[in-house]
Amino acid sequence: MTEMKYKTPLLDELEKGPWPSFVKEMKKEAHKPMVQDAIGQLERSYEEHISHWKHGGLVGVMGYGGGVIGRYSDLPEEFPEVAAFHTHRVNQPSAWFYTSDALRTLCDIWERHGSGLTNMHGSTGDIVFLGSTTEEIEPLFADLTKHGFDLGGSGSNMRTPSCCVGPARCEWACYDTLDACYNITQEFQDELHRPFFPYKYKFKFAGCPNDCVASIARSDCSVMGTWRDEIQVNQAAVLEYAKTVDIEEEICDLCPTRCVEWDGKTLEIDNANCVKCMHCINVMPKALKPGKDRGATILIGGKAPIIGGALLCSVFVPFLEMDPESDYEDLKELTEAIWDLWGEHGKMRERTGEFIQRVGLSNFLEEIGLDPVPEMVMAPRSNPYIFFDDEIFETDE
Amino acid sequence: MAEERITDIGPPNYEQFLPPIIKKNYGKWDYHEILKPGVMVHVAESGDKIFTVRAGSPRLLAVTTIRNFADIADKYCDGHLRFTSRNNVEFLLSDESKIEPLIAEIEEYGFPIGGMGNCISNIVHTQGWVHCHSAASDASGVVKSVMDELMPHFQNMDLPAKLRVAYACCLNMCGAVHCSDIAILGVHTRAPVIEHDDLPKMCEIPTLVASCPTGAIRPATVDGVNSVEIVEEQCMYCGNCYTVCPAVKINNAKTDGISIWVGGKVSNSRVAPKFSKLAIPFIPNNPPRWPEVVEAVMNIINVYAENAKKHERMGEWIDRIGWPKFFELTGIEFTKYHIDDFKHAGETYTRTAQLRH
Repeated sequence: MTEMKYKTPLLDELEKGPWPSFVKEMKKEAHKPMVQDAIGQLERSYEEHISHWKHGGLVGVMGYGGGVIGRYSDLPEEFPEVAAFHTHRVNQPSAWFYTSDALRTLCDIWERHGSGLTNMHGSTGDIVFLGSTTEEIEPLFADLTKHGFDLGGSGSNMRTPSCCVGPARCEWACYDTLDACYNITQEFQDELHRPFFPYKYKFKFAGCPNDCVASIARSDCSVMGTWRDEIQVNQAAVLEYAKTVDIEEEICDLCPTRCVEWDGKTLEIDNANCVKCMHCINVMPKALKPGKDRGATILIGGKAPIIGGALLCSVFVPFLEMDPESDYEDLKELTEAIWDLWGEHGKMRERTGEFIQRVGLSNFLEEIGLDPVPEMVMAPRSNPYIFFDDEIFETDE
Repeated sequence: MAEERITDIGPPNYEQFLPPIIKKNYGKWDYHEILKPGVMVHVAESGDKIFTVRAGSPRLLAVTTIRNFADIADKYCDGHLRFTSRNNVEFLLSDESKIEPLIAEIEEYGFPIGGMGNCISNIVHTQGWVHCHSAASDASGVVKSVMDELMPHFQNMDLPAKLRVAYACCLNMCGAVHCSDIAILGVHTRAPVIEHDDLPKMCEIPTLVASCPTGAIRPATVDGVNSVEIVEEQCMYCGNCYTVCPAVKINNAKTDGISIWVGGKVSNSRVAPKFSKLAIPFIPNNPPRWPEVVEAVMNIINVYAENAKKHERMGEWIDRIGWPKFFELTGIEFTKYHIDDFKHAGETYTRTAQLRH
């Protein structure tokens, strides 16, 4: 093992214990001087209880505004090898599938140009390369694109879309999340690389309402798979489950609309009242499956707290067909309408969800040309402070 | 002549990375079954089977480790693997007989198998002091310390339901911590300190003023320099101004720390997705192992595991028993900080006499 440049008694504590250690990971690349200094600076943070990284200074590749995040040490004289130690986001393949060769290619590229430290993956979904000098940014980018990879998003642009495992390995996928994610990413390359939005805009593609990519909480546009016909039931398999599952207690009683009945022999579902929560399907995957008339619910405006408080996405389109043959034209049209309006009227660092709250959902819908439907609200308003238009006086012929 | 510069190619097409058995059965999976912790099988309509072995990772991975994963995938999985949204690694096999030797080799290499079913999966987390400017605490170190204790719940399916733990090192929340069963969140607790000499050189004042969610930042002339002042009573320490302007220092070694939130979820199963709510407002940073944070998390998990019914997520359990009971059972003190005073605060006040006495 490489000799360590700094004594790190605090970090060394974190090499102990059963869970894999990030300190061990860092030390594996300690043959690089920049990693030695990153470890030394981190130990200093552990001693002093404070971060020693600075951000800022525009760094990036020619022609792009996103994908590289400038990172500098605030102790450059003590840790000169990490005076500049930039983050690179590399757009991951849909659903994070790799071949061993593809991973080795990425490792070789990153070893040539940076620290050899990564995140697999970052919170938005990108492959994250942690730490390069400013000089290596452009050569790294050339090496990546030569091997078929491109940078992801950062700043006020469309962020790198991500998706769940979908139809590749899940029987619940109600549309092709991998294809939709890839298609949208390719369609909006300009919006991904060149920030000219008020703030970030995230897409996440979840194949069913279990939402394994947390789309409703973590994206501006959640494309969540659903169905509108009947849950497929294999009664023989239900009987098999009945040997180990208390169907009355674990299924019927926990159904949010109490639309499932069990008489000890047959499972009856009142599909008109099913809200597609997935609970019964999750508990009995061999017996129940989503229906066959599948598509997605489009929900808009989710985000973490910064700036105006956290928001979950809210329903915009209750059901949208997601046929790959359609090239997702409806989703793209809706997206462009939202971007046009928010792009023109959104304040700096105002996410779509906050913008919608500021201008009002009904005004927003009117501007993007979407009709209000009751699925969009939990309940109609309870206050009488209504702003009426003249059209209220118009009568139907 | 110089090579032509390649741009805007997007990610590689995923199809080239899919195992042949997935290509063959794409969209035609019939059902799946968890065979044991960390191992599941998906069975296709054709009868084909694909086995998944899931291993936890610290997210921060050296290329040395990734190359080793690639070697393992070559040896057992014809070179096929994937990563999950919670930073686990999944090895994909079609030969059932290779599962046990594969598990043995992954464990030998120091990576645990698990994270499936009613258990604690990997903690999604942020950069912390490893690589972030606005971190109120480290991320990887807290996660490592907590996961060292939670390992049995990662490797077994012994909880009432899934339990999702997430960590973010500041309010920016680069992880989805705001909708987790347990969210560990780094917090700043004091208004930033302004470096007036540097500010005009580094920052645009109108942008800085606009960055404040509560309007606490105002333009001001300080010692003849165009700068800003902060109305401290209005500041809730989000650090948004620091991200816009590095001369407004939010980090503070003495007053930064960690808060703990509970009862959020993202899935739609049974009850709608919901935010995590405040359980513990502040625990001081105590590296390298943050024992007070680990203890607080373990306490909440133990109380939940003892009291929740089967299939009940943390938030569903608390909704059933009521928040007063949650604070009673966990022994966590309820303070003035637990009562919301931001926008829409009134939505969380109890406006009924339906109480348990």
